[in-house]
Amino acid sequence: MKIIEMRGITKRFASLVANDHVDFDLERGEIHALLGENGAGKTTLMRILYGLYRPDEGEIRVEGRPVTIHAPKDAIALGIGMVTQHFALVPTLTVAENVVLGFNEGFRLDRQRIAEEVAEAARRFGLEIDPAVQVGHLSVGQRQRVEILKALYRHARVLILDEPTAVLTPQEVEALFATLRRLQHEGLSVIFITHKLAEVMAITDRVTVLRDGKAIATVRTASTNEEALARMMVGRESFGVRRETSARRGEPLLRMEGISAVDDRGLPALKRVSLTIHSGEILGIAGVGGNGQHELAEVLSGLRRPTEGRLLVEGRDMTGASPAELNAAGVGRIPEDRHEGIVGELSVADNMALETLPRFVKKGRLDRQAIIAHARRLIEQFQIKARPTDRAKTLSGGNMQKLLLARVLSRKPKVVIAPQPTRGLDIGATDYVRSQLLAQRERGAGVLLISEDLDEILALSDRIAVIYEGEIVGILPAQEADVERLGLMMAGAAREEVLP
Amino acid sequence: MSRWITVEKRETPPLGTRLLIPLLALGGTFLLTSGLILWGHANPLRAYYYFLIAPLSSRFSLFEVLVSATPLILTGASVTFAFSGGYYNIGAEGQLYAGAIAAAGVGLLVGGLPVPLAILVLLVSGFLAGMAWAWLPAWLKVRWAVDEVVTTLLLNSVMAYIVSALLNGPWRDPESGWPQSPEIAASAHLPKLAARSRLNLGFLIAVLTLIVLWYVLNHTAFGLKLRAVGLGKSAARFAGIPVERTMFAAALISGGIAGIAGVCEVAGIQYHLIDALSAGYGYTGIIIATLGGLNAWGVGAAALFFGLIDTGAQTVSRVLGVPVYLGEVTQATMLLVTLAVLLLQHYRIRIGRR
Ligand SMILES: Nc1ncnc2c1ncn2[C@@H]1O[C@H](COP(=O)(O)OP(=O)(O)OP(=O)(O)O)[C@@H](O)[C@H]1O
Ligand SMILES: [Mg+2]
Repeated sequence: MKIIEMRGITKRFASLVANDHVDFDLERGEIHALLGENGAGKTTLMRILYGLYRPDEGEIRVEGRPVTIHAPKDAIALGIGMVTQHFALVPTLTVAENVVLGFNEGFRLDRQRIAEEVAEAARRFGLEIDPAVQVGHLSVGQRQRVEILKALYRHARVLILDEPTAVLTPQEVEALFATLRRLQHEGLSVIFITHKLAEVMAITDRVTVLRDGKAIATVRTASTNEEALARMMVGRESFGVRRETSARRGEPLLRMEGISAVDDRGLPALKRVSLTIHSGEILGIAGVGGNGQHELAEVLSGLRRPTEGRLLVEGRDMTGASPAELNAAGVGRIPEDRHEGIVGELSVADNMALETLPRFVKKGRLDRQAIIAHARRLIEQFQIKARPTDRAKTLSGGNMQKLLLARVLSRKPKVVIAPQPTRGLDIGATDYVRSQLLAQRERGAGVLLISEDLDEILALSDRIAVIYEGEIVGILPAQEADVERLGLMMAGAAREEVLP
Repeated sequence: MSRWITVEKRETPPLGTRLLIPLLALGGTFLLTSGLILWGHANPLRAYYYFLIAPLSSRFSLFEVLVSATPLILTGASVTFAFSGGYYNIGAEGQLYAGAIAAAGVGLLVGGLPVPLAILVLLVSGFLAGMAWAWLPAWLKVRWAVDEVVTTLLLNSVMAYIVSALLNGPWRDPESGWPQSPEIAASAHLPKLAARSRLNLGFLIAVLTLIVLWYVLNHTAFGLKLRAVGLGKSAARFAGIPVERTMFAAALISGGIAGIAGVCEVAGIQYHLIDALSAGYGYTGIIIATLGGLNAWGVGAAALFFGLIDTGAQTVSRVLGVPVYLGEVTQATMLLVTLAVLLLQHYRIRIGRR
């Protein structure tokens, strides 16, 4: 029995066809992956199903019955829930309040009753979470659990998860999968968007591949493999970029000396971190998410002031310098959260120029032509699916990430701070970004790669530092590192001699 | 099966709709205010004739429209500047009076200077005074994150008291005893642009300000930075734009432009500082900036339109015997209707079967 059928769905944005006569169906109790390159139209298709966009053509059936979904509330009434790439939670409210918000809350807010109900629902669905805690204090993984709980509390029988694993640590991914398997047994159907083929193989029953807005194929997961899926998605099979040469390590570019910092709640997040990034090397920072990586990247880009210690760029003391000053000193950072780095209402071209405006000023006047030409070049070079004049907020998630990457790398920074640089990118784009990071290293830049993906760290880094509870617990040359050894250190079970 | 009217959201309104907005707003305003006019026992069509057409039919009243529009263009530009940078300056009213005080004071001293120089001195001092009055809330905002809406608004009342104290104290006219400052030197009067009218250089200064506003916002690096800050603070900070400094500059320049509005009223129209120098121009500037969509030409059009209604309201009340306040009511209705229409353009109304 098909619970959802989408037939001939077409969605145009001006001249762009984001979905082109897409057929898609979902069986009851299956986990169905939606796969495709950045900008292939996955999010658009799901936004249509959830009532956020209106299809130009096509028909949707729920349990065989034709339906019109005008708004999320119609979708919710039909038992469809969606967890988006960007969470829709109110950070100052508690978990329980967020869950009931806009649903069943009645006129008077009975906090006691709400908390009990939500706690009961959390138990029933096996989603461990304290309903009384403020959402602002939760980790990303926990917030996602709240979103899922929110959907299930609204009696969702179909759950749409748009890149749920992009923001999770490997442990959290395991927990999510366990939850999904259990819910699947209870009859929940899941649409699962991801760029990670291993996850598709691990958890899904069927896969639908989108390419340029068209549904290319739907296959049983059991009868396919990663290579075949990759071929369907982009037309080639082999992926994986690795460092081949060994580093020609040059002079030190950026040095952190005993840097400590606190997190947003004022708790210690970095404890006397000392690291040196040299010219011509990639220094990987491995660690389970939430061990200070975020604060580390912020300190290095001038967004967070260290409470002690010094930050030296090419020997110059730049402790407490502003993002602008660090930019000028040649430190480029790819933002971790793309929404944090993009001004959505400005055009793609303006966003690309924003970091280097003086370059585009001619006699006091902004040279629009030059800004557009610059954007054209970067779009071409980084294969971004966008036009220079598009408003940046209309780009697909992966393309936003590419935009930011292009902006930073086009400046040829001396030091590149790259936290989670491939988060949300399709496999082709991931390869591209990795090869770009290697190219930066070849040209003599120092790269700090912060990633929770051990494969990525091992594939690219010349040296690997492990961070645990805000401390660097060891630095290994890449030749001596392997998954087991790093895993133990990441779990705080082993320390290595910290090399200078 | 029954018929349904459904309203749904759309992402980008078609161009046609966007061009229709002013017309729809005008029509909606007309319908809503007609009721009031009927209630005042007047004919709405005639009222609207006097509102919108009559002022344009004589040279004198046409110039009066431009005179009324002058301070509105300036305060509209002032507010646009601040709002574009995400700084919600509600204090243009107080900053206008700061400029006016400077003009009234400096105007007494420039008697010996040639006219162009005297005017330049007045403009500069008015700009600086407006900036100075805007300084404190701007500093509090960027240094301590104190909400500028509250502080700039409160400072308007403080300024009202300062003006009142000046006019009832040191500047009270010694002969008549009127609360008005002594007349400024003749060399500081803004030259008239046409005989037998009040139209003066102030209007050209306002137009020039608009052109500068347009140029700065759209064609300079500073303007792009300003808009980036206004549209996305964290992204702007991330791109290395000094957010606080940019916002601070926007706040000060906004205050300066409002100060110029005060100078133009004192040196162009009244030649004295008086209590009722501004008919809430600073606040109307917020409406103008909003109606104009924070765009220089939009601000110009909105200010001219409001000037038209202001001038028309005088005639309407004289001829038809309805209260002058009708003008203000119409302007307020206009704002509400336009905001509603702007919101609605993002929705599409479908009539169909379910
Ligand atoms: N509101 C919009 N206005 C204009 N274009 C849009 C809008 N939303 C999406 N698009 C375009 O539609 C295309 C498909 O976008 P979509 O977000 O569905 O991609 P996706 O498959 O989810 O990609 P990703 O993996 O990067 O998230 C993109 O080229 C995007 O730029
Ligand atoms: Mg997407």
